[in-house]
Amino acid sequence: MSVSEQAAPVAATAGPGTHPDHVPHDATAPAHHTNTGLSNEKLGMWLFLGSECLLFGGLISAFLLYRTKDVEGMAGPAVADLYDIPFTSVSSFVLLMSSLTMVLALSAIQRADHRRARTWLLTTAMLGASFVAGQVYEFTAFVREGLGYTTNLQSSAFYTLTGFHGVHVTIGILMLVSLFVMSLRGRLGAEKAETVEIIGLYWHFVDIVWIIIFTLIYLVPA
Amino acid sequence: MAEAAAEEYQAQTEHEGHDHPSERSYVVIAIVLALLTALEVATFYVEEQLGGLLVPSLMVMMVVKFFLVVAWFMHLRFDGRLFTRVFVSGLVLAVGVYAVALTTFRFW
Repeated sequence: MSVSEQAAPVAATAGPGTHPDHVPHDATAPAHHTNTGLSNEKLGMWLFLGSECLLFGGLISAFLLYRTKDVEGMAGPAVADLYDIPFTSVSSFVLLMSSLTMVLALSAIQRADHRRARTWLLTTAMLGASFVAGQVYEFTAFVREGLGYTTNLQSSAFYTLTGFHGVHVTIGILMLVSLFVMSLRGRLGAEKAETVEIIGLYWHFVDIVWIIIFTLIYLVPA
Repeated sequence: MAEAAAEEYQAQTEHEGHDHPSERSYVVIAIVLALLTALEVATFYVEEQLGGLLVPSLMVMMVVKFFLVVAWFMHLRFDGRLFTRVFVSGLVLAVGVYAVALTTFRFW
């Protein structure tokens, strides 16, 4: 057992006025002696996520614009004709549940429960990998139906949007696996809970982007 | 040592106000999210019956899911308000800019 894993659990630090349904953030986390009193790293991640809204907003808008444009003379099939809604629904459910396992990993690391934290981190990465595998399967099926990246404007916008999202999920998986390896080597103590939280923020953002994509792109009819 | 860390934590959380939800709360939120997703998927099979209600109901469910994840899983409900302001600024800017852009293409 590593030194960090020998740290005592710190869950029982809530004051008498703490809401019974809430448990405190990790007590071993250092106070943030910054101008704002907040963690600069966390603020940086929120700034990044705010800017990511603009990136995905542009990609989603491009698809919404092109899915109804020049449909009559369009080469190849329309993207909407190829959707496999039951399959994509399962993928969406898998990604949604990965957000739950991510917060459970954070909760475990805050309690210095490293074994459980590793289990949840690995589960989250595997759920993410299942989602990406589903996306690869979907892309392959679409290409077999004659819808390539450059077949028409719709397909280009669709592959760019969902592909960008898939790349984000893949980056998230790499970060989760890194956390898992760090934990195995005893380098992810309770004092590093904020690192897990920041990567968790990224992961949840990827999830909320998919919540929007699934509704606007797959479920709302053109 | 642990007491000092706890005191430091108390001071910190009083400033940031970021008590995190319990695991039970997380599971309850996940169940609500799963139910909303099931409802969204169900609309695909009753598109014609829903008629004009289809798009508004999908949008409402999407927004509720979005805010549940942001508020609870991303802890914006419990963290410092500056985080909320930073994220909402990006979100509002994105929605505003692209809503105007799409409106321009459609109506001009």
